[in-house]
Amino acid sequence: MRRFLISQAKKGLVDHTTRRQHHQTRSFLSLLPPSFSANSPRAAPLVSLSRFMSSTSDMAASSDSTSSLPVTLDSINPKVLKCEYAVRGEIVNIAQKLQEDLKSNKDAYPFDEIIYCNIGNPQSLGQLPIRFFREVLALCDHSSLLDETETHGLFSTDSIDRAWKILDQIPGRATGAYSHSQGIKGLRDVIAAGIEARDSFPADPNDIFLTDGASPAVHMMMQLLLSSEKDGILCPIPQYPLYSASIALHGGSLVPYYLDEATGWGLEISDLKKQLEEARAKGITVRALVVINPGNPTGQVLAEENQRDIVNFCKQEGLVLLADEVYQENVYVPDKKFHSFKKVARSLGYGEKDMSLVSFQSVSKGYYGECGKRGGYMEVTGFTSDVREQIYKMASVNLCSNISGQILASLVMSPPKPGDDSYDSYMVERDGILSSMAKRAKTLEDALNNLEGVTCNRAEGAMYLFPRINLPHKAIEAAEAEKTAPDAFYCKRLLNATGVVVVPGSGFGQVPGTWHFRCTILPQEDKILAIVDRLTAFHKSFMDEFRD
Amino acid sequence: MSLKALDYDSLNENVKNCQYAVRGELYLRASELQKEGKKIIFTNVGNPHALGQKPLTFPRQVVALCQAPFLLDDPNVGMIFPADAIARAKHYLSLTSGGLGAYSDSRGLPGVRKEVAQFIQRRDGYPSDPELIFLTDGASKGVMQILNCVIRGQKDGILVPVPQYPLYSATISLLGGTLVPYYLEESENWGLDVNNLRQSVAQARSQGITVRAMVIINPGNPTGQCLSEANLREILRFCCNERLVLLGDEVYQQNIYQDERPFISSKKVLMDMGAPISKEVQLISFHTVSKGYWGECGQRGGYFEMTNIPPRTVEEIYKVASIALSPNVSAQIFMGLMVSPPKPGDISYAQFVRESKGILESLRRRARMMTDGFNSCKNVVCNFTEGAMYSFPQIKLPPKAIQAAKQAGKVPDVFYCLKLLEATGISTVPGSGFGQKEGVFHLRTTILPAEEEMPEIMDSFKKFNDDFMSQYGVGYSRM
Repeated sequence: MRRFLISQAKKGLVDHTTRRQHHQTRSFLSLLPPSFSANSPRAAPLVSLSRFMSSTSDMAASSDSTSSLPVTLDSINPKVLKCEYAVRGEIVNIAQKLQEDLKSNKDAYPFDEIIYCNIGNPQSLGQLPIRFFREVLALCDHSSLLDETETHGLFSTDSIDRAWKILDQIPGRATGAYSHSQGIKGLRDVIAAGIEARDSFPADPNDIFLTDGASPAVHMMMQLLLSSEKDGILCPIPQYPLYSASIALHGGSLVPYYLDEATGWGLEISDLKKQLEEARAKGITVRALVVINPGNPTGQVLAEENQRDIVNFCKQEGLVLLADEVYQENVYVPDKKFHSFKKVARSLGYGEKDMSLVSFQSVSKGYYGECGKRGGYMEVTGFTSDVREQIYKMASVNLCSNISGQILASLVMSPPKPGDDSYDSYMVERDGILSSMAKRAKTLEDALNNLEGVTCNRAEGAMYLFPRINLPHKAIEAAEAEKTAPDAFYCKRLLNATGVVVVPGSGFGQVPGTWHFRCTILPQEDKILAIVDRLTAFHKSFMDEFRD
Repeated sequence: MSLKALDYDSLNENVKNCQYAVRGELYLRASELQKEGKKIIFTNVGNPHALGQKPLTFPRQVVALCQAPFLLDDPNVGMIFPADAIARAKHYLSLTSGGLGAYSDSRGLPGVRKEVAQFIQRRDGYPSDPELIFLTDGASKGVMQILNCVIRGQKDGILVPVPQYPLYSATISLLGGTLVPYYLEESENWGLDVNNLRQSVAQARSQGITVRAMVIINPGNPTGQCLSEANLREILRFCCNERLVLLGDEVYQQNIYQDERPFISSKKVLMDMGAPISKEVQLISFHTVSKGYWGECGQRGGYFEMTNIPPRTVEEIYKVASIALSPNVSAQIFMGLMVSPPKPGDISYAQFVRESKGILESLRRRARMMTDGFNSCKNVVCNFTEGAMYSFPQIKLPPKAIQAAKQAGKVPDVFYCLKLLEATGISTVPGSGFGQKEGVFHLRTTILPAEEEMPEIMDSFKKFNDDFMSQYGVGYSRM
């Protein structure tokens, strides 16, 4: 990763010169009529179109591209080419082809199904939705049900009450209308109240931006913060590749800091400081620090003490803290507890004026796992109103996030309470999912630790295990001969032998010379046992083949 | 060095430069007034359900069943859902892997993309490949994804009609590219003159801009015109000669309010033209569930279809789509339902036809009421809304009004629209948000207010305009 930073920094210098040009070329916006750009104080002198009535022969002289097609691989945005997203990368493509082939060619493979452990997509692996949430969504989607007497026989009374409440918060009860670009105000009120109940510190509904899942919120912040490769974002390594991809797409620099595998993926402030200073020495302005807690792909839950240090670090260094807290409900060990960064910051006495903090939450994770709904929010605190307006403007270009995702985001922040009709069944569903996840995590972790040359930290939270594989030299050489990263080589072998899809550690970043893979804990319990068996057998034969 | 992490000055310039008028100053003021208890008629966004249009029943039934699949096992489900909705919900659930709660393929559910391809094939009479159709969270997301691939920097230009829908200017600005405007001819019913295009391209090139793509909005937003087949041929030939990707914004294809110029897709015209041009022009067409008689804006469902885009570029677009994981699944099902609505013989067919025809016929009447209303006002002229959801009248502002606007520090049409809002509660978007020729002023209003409220709205507009024109001196109206 060190190499990565250096090459980025070099490009950053090049970019510096192009930026100067950029300011000169801004005047091309002046092709627009004056009233169009009148609101922009930066609009340059205006040129009228008619002055450029030129003959068509001028056009023949210019050539846009050497290829006859305007959009080819050579001519698309290089930032697009550069970004990588391993969770849905090459291995998954191979898996999809295998799955197709399996249908017609069952006997050609030593397995009869593909088990996707590459992505945190629980309901695709049989996890059932929380019934109360879906009842409310169905009633909101087809609100005339609320007028039918039969509905009371099919739906819980609190889901009916809740649907009424939600519809009353939507102007005209129109769930088919674009909402306020930050999301429906009444839903933001509910979410703010949920945050308050969680943290015991006030939350302001105007700080909340509802988004189509947490990912677009992350993109929005990157777009806001990154102007060029001279702008850097401190990201954990290993990291969830959304961050590297988004930074690459927005043309910034990823400044890595390493999580320490030996201390359970701990975060050392001294390493943060070192990386920050190195980046600064290279002329990079570090704008923000990303922390994923509970960790993805690493599964650790940060200790409160550690979080305080991180908050203080961001405050001292003037960094925006981007807190990815989408796994806040996924904590599996009794000795750890989730604390939001906002709560930690407020407990330290830091208020709105002291630091900029963004917290991301999603309906895709937790015990609800509603990935397909694309619901989420970010809570944005410590930003001046002019910056907030810019965020609002970016949100408004996309009009609004999808309404049922918005409704669901409010539901996960205010689930049924004791005494509600659905409360008991809700608790059974919720605890069943969470305790099963904990059990599956433990089963997989133990199995992995039993493999030769494999060590695996415990999954304290989130949905993943990130075991380290000490690959024999012979395996590394074989991978190099195939021009593949050694961990990708291992993962492909695993897929071809067992049908189990995992993501190579190189997609997340890792200390050079170490190899990992990420495996979700999401297959149902019977499948987890099958995975353990297949993985154990595969690993043994792999080692037999390559052992030094 | 400042310790505050996010000073306004240090934000991405592209973000600061971006403008999005549909939700700009006017909208914010309208929201304030609404909070103060004033009745606001929001005609600023094409958001039909917000103005009382009822959702079509059948798709809502199907999606509600998909939301609550446990109902399908309940013996009483038939008491509140018709059998064809139940069958269709089962069908769509079978196309998913894990229902509405699982990420789909990043390009959208393969089964729904197949239905979209069949729809395009029926519409155009030419084959369509589901592999080249990507479902998106609304058409806007699709436009952003494509422009993100096309724009490499400030030197890349995108031809955009003026007046235009500000999604294009905002996105181009966010991505740091250059908008190259071409003017639609108001006196020619907002027609597109290929000579204007040539000039725009020549001028941009003389300034070192590589023009890479051209946007057409058909039917037009905010201008409401429908492009003729001949015009589309010219445009395609132009794109072929100039090697431009054509981005065809066709989200209003169901919204047609006259019979002379029905909607015809760019893809059909391109295919009709035959080889070699049909194999050369790169075309991306956009569609949505937010418009038409569906108006399901809040679902955020859309798709784009790619024609003549090389496979490796498609792979890159897929990669970028995969970073967002997947479009929301319930909107994908809405899209499936939109492209394959109930058929004759289905239980819900009659109701579906009644509802959708009712909406379209009413929109047609409203388009007429609105344009006629504007044309009966002093110093206001308005082309007929042939399609889409908007009227875009020109307001001939007297010099005194322009003077007053300057004194107030406002662009003249913003000034006019603010006054209109304060006086009547009608929330419109000033023409300057869409672009217009210098010294000419417009406003955009949707034709979406309820039909029964329309006469009253037009009356109150007329009264306001009369007062405004007499206050600022009608005598100087012809500019």
